Amino acid sequence: MLRLPAFEFQPARSVDEAVTLLGEHGDDALPVAGGTDLYANMKLGLFAPRVVVGLRSITALRSIRFDPQHGLRIGALCSLDAIVREPAVAEHYPALAQAAAMVGTPEIRNMGTIGGNLCLETRCNYFNQSAEWRKAMGYCLKRDGNLCRVALHSDTCKAINASDTAPVMHAYDARLSLVGPRGERTVNIREFYQNDGAHANVKRADEILTEIALPLPARGTRSSYRKLRLRKAFDFPLLGVAVAVATDAGGSCTQARIVLNAVGSAPLEVEAAGAILLGTHLGEEIAADAAEEVFKAGKPLENANASLLYRKRMLRVIAQRTLEDVIAPLR
Amino acid sequence: MGKNGASHSGSHVVGAPLPRIDGYAKVTGAAIFADDMALPRMLFGKLLRSPHAHARILSIDYARALRIPGVVAIAIGSDLPIRYGILPSAQDETVFAIDKVRYVGEPVAGIVAEDELTAQTAAALVDIRYEVLPSVMSIDAALLDVDGNGEKIHPDSRRDNNVHKEVHLTFGDLDAGFADATRIFDDEYFFEGNTHAALEEHSAVASCGADGKLTLWSSTQTPHYLHRVASAVLELPASRIRIIAPPVGGGFGGKTEPVAHELAAAYFSRKTGRPVKFTLSREEVFYTHRGRHPVRIHLRTGIRADGSISACRVQTWLDGGAYGSYGVATTYYTGALLPVTYKMGAYAFDGCRVYTNKPPCGPKRGHGTTQPRYAFESQLDEIAKELGLDAGAYRAAIAIDPYSRTVNHLRVTSCGLREALSAVSERTGFSDKHGKLAPGRGIGLAASAYLCGAGLPIYWNPMPHSGAIVKVDRGGGVTIFCGTSDCGQGSQNMLAVIVAEALGVDVLDVSVCSGDTDLTPVDLGSYSSRVTFMAGNAARSAALDVRERIAVVAGAELGIAPERCAFENGRVFDRKNPDRALSFIDAARATEARFGTLAGVGSYTPPADLHGDFKGSGVGPSPAYSYSACVAEVEVDFETGEVRVERIVLAHDCGRALNPRIVEGQIEGSAYMGMGEALMEESAFRNDLHRIPNLLDYKTPTILDTPRIDAIVIETKELEGPYGAKEAGEGPLNPVIPAIANAVADAIGRRIYATPITPERVLQALDGTAGPLRLRAPIAMKTT
Amino acid sequence: MSIAPSKILATLRVNGRDATLAFHPHATLLEVLREELRLTGTKHGCELGQCGACTVIVDGTPVLSCLTLAAEAIGRSVETVEGLAVDGTLHPVQRAFLELGAAQCGYCTPGFLNAAVHLLEKNLEPSEAEIRDALAGHLCRCTGYTKIVEAVALAGRRMRASIDG
Repeated sequence: MLRLPAFEFQPARSVDEAVTLLGEHGDDALPVAGGTDLYANMKLGLFAPRVVVGLRSITALRSIRFDPQHGLRIGALCSLDAIVREPAVAEHYPALAQAAAMVGTPEIRNMGTIGGNLCLETRCNYFNQSAEWRKAMGYCLKRDGNLCRVALHSDTCKAINASDTAPVMHAYDARLSLVGPRGERTVNIREFYQNDGAHANVKRADEILTEIALPLPARGTRSSYRKLRLRKAFDFPLLGVAVAVATDAGGSCTQARIVLNAVGSAPLEVEAAGAILLGTHLGEEIAADAAEEVFKAGKPLENANASLLYRKRMLRVIAQRTLEDVIAPLR
Repeated sequence: MGKNGASHSGSHVVGAPLPRIDGYAKVTGAAIFADDMALPRMLFGKLLRSPHAHARILSIDYARALRIPGVVAIAIGSDLPIRYGILPSAQDETVFAIDKVRYVGEPVAGIVAEDELTAQTAAALVDIRYEVLPSVMSIDAALLDVDGNGEKIHPDSRRDNNVHKEVHLTFGDLDAGFADATRIFDDEYFFEGNTHAALEEHSAVASCGADGKLTLWSSTQTPHYLHRVASAVLELPASRIRIIAPPVGGGFGGKTEPVAHELAAAYFSRKTGRPVKFTLSREEVFYTHRGRHPVRIHLRTGIRADGSISACRVQTWLDGGAYGSYGVATTYYTGALLPVTYKMGAYAFDGCRVYTNKPPCGPKRGHGTTQPRYAFESQLDEIAKELGLDAGAYRAAIAIDPYSRTVNHLRVTSCGLREALSAVSERTGFSDKHGKLAPGRGIGLAASAYLCGAGLPIYWNPMPHSGAIVKVDRGGGVTIFCGTSDCGQGSQNMLAVIVAEALGVDVLDVSVCSGDTDLTPVDLGSYSSRVTFMAGNAARSAALDVRERIAVVAGAELGIAPERCAFENGRVFDRKNPDRALSFIDAARATEARFGTLAGVGSYTPPADLHGDFKGSGVGPSPAYSYSACVAEVEVDFETGEVRVERIVLAHDCGRALNPRIVEGQIEGSAYMGMGEALMEESAFRNDLHRIPNLLDYKTPTILDTPRIDAIVIETKELEGPYGAKEAGEGPLNPVIPAIANAVADAIGRRIYATPITPERVLQALDGTAGPLRLRAPIAMKTT
Repeated sequence: MSIAPSKILATLRVNGRDATLAFHPHATLLEVLREELRLTGTKHGCELGQCGACTVIVDGTPVLSCLTLAAEAIGRSVETVEGLAVDGTLHPVQRAFLELGAAQCGYCTPGFLNAAVHLLEKNLEPSEAEIRDALAGHLCRCTGYTKIVEAVALAGRRMRASIDG
């Protein structure tokens, strides 16, 4: 059977201990939370750290706290399942509950953490393969090679961000706390991701993601997440659309965020689509106009389990449907 | 009686929905599959596989790998040079490639080490130099003559191209048949390849004693064929080899022929004197393959004014992958069974299998009949529509009759096709819905027939296809010895049910010793849906052999003629006066006292008159055929192209259902597997590589993608089957795929001429960017 | 092998019993259960979290043993298929799987059983949709899932009846 390469396992009991261990071992170490992403990748020979720092025992990072003044604070080690079951999430951040519930399988959601899902390694048909397969195909820019096999002339890796929760967190304007040897810093999720599949976020090797803070949504906010996939379980998104809109008492749209995933190495906010909705009374026609902007903005490549033409075409359809999710209750 | 056991004895066993006897071990984790075995001092093996689809091997240097601590032995092609193959006509593989490699993933070397990780690590240090050759990755490319830059995949073939096998058969006067037709339908279809993806990854454990006797446990559906091939390849008399098939974690045809890791385990165990285990990774299972052939199908059907088929011509092109495997049989099967379902005036079949640089294709559930069945039932739907006839009623009108001969001379016995058709129609209200549902909703129907075992063995021999021994212990326990392999289909239970019924004993008093070439008489294996019919008959006749002797002794004790002895509920009694009785145990003991050791033997050989007398007549005949009909209901999303199957109703004529629950299970599993093939499963390649060799990207339906499945058991009385039984393992799959295709056509008003019916294909059909496949001029097939 | 770090000596609590043994830090729970403790009822079909066959219960939650280190299971309670039957009496879910034929080849069965038992511990009256959702992480190639869904529902009914009774 497929086995993990040899490594030292160092469980950390606190954030400090984890950061110290990561600092000590530098590039030889990787942190692990739920393990569903890292261990699978390690079995494929994609990573071979000498030391794996286990975060699971840091119980302090497992709380979810909701405060009607400030919003939600989620410890990075909360399981995706715990988020699905949290009443405050369902009530105030329903798209997050939807997205978390669509990740992988029940077992993956029991094991996988929100922090892990946000730090999910970018994915690509040419990357998520065994060492033997990649050798046979020829290595790629993301690992061991110098050519992006999806975009031959690209000097950056085009692996895709396939985190279901990332676009939703973006739509909710999340702030992420990163703790490293030099202390804690907070970054907005917009700054957390960068559109380079080989360096998909700004978390440094000696930092860990500790907490995600979501501001209280404006009154009248509605949100939804939809994902395109070929099977109703297991599958990563071929395309995901997160929408959060707020309306005032008169039904006029005061805030609109439409964020895509699985079309690039980072979640993509389609600001032009949001702009179309602002100030309007949300309706089907205006949703179609916004979906058109989504269609124009999203540029999938040939690196997932459906053709880029199909994924491109589905941008409009999934965007329209996700927008209708938040519009329908208004009518 | 254990606390969990269910008691049932003869004359109540056949037809009862009892728990399968091997179910107890399977729900407790106690069943020992091949990879569950661990022997003292066992080594672990790893195969090093080719990174090239087509290349000459220039040199192999494994000195560096051999120096890794923990590595015990390494072998390459020249260490095991004897060619083998499942069919005598295709002895084209070696354990490790010699001189050249023919697909990415082909084994080139084997390494055994103290642990698996070490073997894996060392594999990366074997230095192999290749000269890469142009690869052949499609049927079209394989049909071309090889030019100066290329090389044939099998250079020793007599052809100028990469064609492996051609078949041309004509029955009746085809020209007259087409002349007789008022309408001719001419279509081309493409059935994509796919794979078995049984949950258990193949595993083999070999142990060679100091006496030179080798034991090989392998997750194989065909222990007997492995026995023969191991003997040939290892150059070891078969008498020194013992093959044991433990419970197999799913087969579906994927474990029906000897493959490299089994033979490598045996080789290394002999070489090192230690037990050796090889368990494939999931990716390696995809390379081992032997799955469904991609097939291009050209179908020309002539219809008389009354709707009957005057003539039918089928042409198939099979993408066989790099080696022969069962491919010659597969090729014949793409033509052999269409006439078993429907009457035809004349029939012609041309088949052509090509080699390509892909993992070898072979048999998957429905072996070679699935692809043309999809095409034929799709075309029949269009014919019925043109004629303005109900799709179910039309099929019933042209259905083959029981106890008849097909146009290709096959003998048909019992046939529940019409019953199956009306069962699925009635259950679903098909006629009221077909063509009448709202846009986006559709209902489709299809039918099919399948073998109950191939009428001829894979290698010619005059011996039985299946043998069994039934032994009775002094404590009343009954043991059946039979060379079958249970891959989940329920053959252990089937044997126990038949023998319990024959001897009138509790089914839990029957033990089955199967798939062990030292202990069990030969059964050819779990393929071609042959086990219930053939091993079942062998076991029944072995049990009757025992019963006859007991009846002589018991009859004497009861003062009646042996024929008056009945066997039920653990008793032997006077049929005319049931109170006059002996217990089965007393009767068995008395019989042993009188005649000595109480064991009976039985065997089964199919009748000789099943087929016509022509070259190629050996593929297709079977002692009986099962019949199936299916209705699928679907909903299609016009925007995304997604097809949601809402319901599958599948009726199957299995003769007598020995255990209706197991038959239902086979029908339900067939519905599911057919649905996967219809909608999402495909062996996809990119740049010479399998694009998706894992269970995340190769899509098998999850529980959330699988709809309600209604299994309908249709019972006919098959006079030659054991207690009237026929097969249920493969046949029910075949109508599912065209039923779904027909339902999609009903839903969207357009036909999709290829599988799988992906969302993209649905949208292309709706857009009108993909209509009927472009009919190519039929390629002139060269005769051998 | 020289590259392997030294083994950890630890105690694992499996099916209610403590077992002290040595294993590599990189050994998965799957490997240690099967190869060290010889609890081979836990199966594997991909070792990448893509099939669900290796599911065991850790601290009351179904997890994939192929993606869990044995080292991460130290101090936690692990339950495998071997622990389901008590004193030789099948768990109601096992009995229902047996009676309805929900196990064919039986290879995916231990994973399904663990997920199903976990579901019924929380909900003895699951709807069909709830059953399917709970078992969505398990691939089966034999059954079409039909009898598995029926067996879980049947076990739930029986467990309810035995509580009510």
